[in-house]
Amino acid sequence: MTLQHIEQAASLGTRDSTTSLGSDFLRLGGRAGIRFLSRYGVLIAFLAMWQVSSSAGWVNTAVLPPIDMIVAALWKGLAGGTLLGDIAISLQRAGLAFAAAVLVAIPLGLFMGQVRAVETALDPILQVFRQTSALALYPVFILLLGLGEASKVFVIFWATLFPLLLNTIGGVKQVDPKLLEMARVYGARQLTVFRRVVLPGAVPSIFVGLRLSATTALLLLIASEMIGANKGIGFQVMNAQYNFQIPLMFAAIVILAGLGLIANQALVSLQRRLCRWSNAVD
Amino acid sequence: MSGTSGGEVSIRDLSKSFSIGGRSLAVLRTLNLDIRSGECLVIVGASGSGKTTLLRILAGLEAADSGGVAIDGKPVHGVGAERAVIFQEPRLLPWLTVLGNVAFGLEVRGVPKAEAEERARFYIALVGLAEFGDAFPRQLSGGMAQRVGIARALTVQPEILLLDEPLGALDAMTKIGMQEELARIWSEENVTMVMVTHDLEEAIYLADRVLILPKEKGGAARLIDIDLPRPRERSESRFVRYREELLREFGLH
Repeated sequence: MTLQHIEQAASLGTRDSTTSLGSDFLRLGGRAGIRFLSRYGVLIAFLAMWQVSSSAGWVNTAVLPPIDMIVAALWKGLAGGTLLGDIAISLQRAGLAFAAAVLVAIPLGLFMGQVRAVETALDPILQVFRQTSALALYPVFILLLGLGEASKVFVIFWATLFPLLLNTIGGVKQVDPKLLEMARVYGARQLTVFRRVVLPGAVPSIFVGLRLSATTALLLLIASEMIGANKGIGFQVMNAQYNFQIPLMFAAIVILAGLGLIANQALVSLQRRLCRWSNAVD
Repeated sequence: MSGTSGGEVSIRDLSKSFSIGGRSLAVLRTLNLDIRSGECLVIVGASGSGKTTLLRILAGLEAADSGGVAIDGKPVHGVGAERAVIFQEPRLLPWLTVLGNVAFGLEVRGVPKAEAEERARFYIALVGLAEFGDAFPRQLSGGMAQRVGIARALTVQPEILLLDEPLGALDAMTKIGMQEELARIWSEENVTMVMVTHDLEEAIYLADRVLILPKEKGGAARLIDIDLPRPRERSESRFVRYREELLREFGLH
């Protein structure tokens, strides 16, 4: 972003030699600065407040260590490699569960949205499952699958399945019947109507489901890693707290927030690419 | 084009009723009508007179209760490749470009993409949107979007073009421009055109014959020949007289 602005400033400067290059830099730099501040100002102020109040001793530094200590712990964990193993195992758990949910929920949702009888028959049990907290079912999954990887992956899978499934069904059902009729008028057969009208029409709603599911996956990942795990980011949060390594605990929390941001950003840019036609991407 | 010889419609003893709140409401009663190949027939009538129902039966989107429709001697069952429909809304697929939307009709009929797009380009130019092939529907105005819908229908080169209040949602200025456009397209494409409208001036401007559907029970459908040279002039005295005649039919004058 900054590089682009410098280039812009430079080209403006060469085109109009009466304006000094320096003032152009200042003006464009100032504008970019304002844009940056209006977006990230509150976040920066929050972090600055934290840093100041912690290093000045206004808050208990044992509970809220200053930012630089958290960054140091984060750096040590990443550079030393101790946190890398945790990230890898956490990504594996969440990734497996999320991939399985995608593979089950999207085809099933497309099918259920198309065939009313199937949807009618499955809807009540889906509503019951959806309203039952996955965390409440975790002990059941542990009993069935043991305390190892299987129950962890399964509880994440279970929780991510429903937002994606319900949004896929919703996406299919909300496709404009007038468009379906239009396709029929041109002689489109059932499969063509599905491929060319229903599926693309459901994509935005499927993405809403994907983003909800990705958030849910991280949430359940942490919860599952806090019980009976000896590796993973969620485990590190708990473990660091038990051992009173508070900077390390915050470092793990920062990593979690980062993973969430990256996952969401990846889905948003994929959505932008697939849904160029709609400007409804927030 | 393909409509030079075909596109003859015969409607025989056509009846259709809907049940509303348990009561049966007849909208079409033993209608008989022959639509000539290449003519422009415009259907008018008060709301509830069944004009849209008639068009949807012609399109094959609804079935008659009794009687039927034949096109070039063959009875109509469902939709057919010799007919295309232009709806009141453009009904464009928002994820396809203008080019993609116009080629859509041909593509679902199995025409290879390259060939479909080549023909689509011709009709996009015909409706005056040559520059907008890569635009998405949300970037178009209402009139432009409706032109895309018209181009899509023309691209499949139907013998019969069925239009269900195609300009009903447009503003008055755009509407007049589009009426001229439709008159031009009809004369260039040599296609049988059956159009529903509630705009009497539009009917007189475009029609060879105007079909007035009765609203009240037992009333008979009436056909009025519009014997005016084309292109038609809205302010001309004979145009105005036709307008008065139609208004009288509706009991408004």
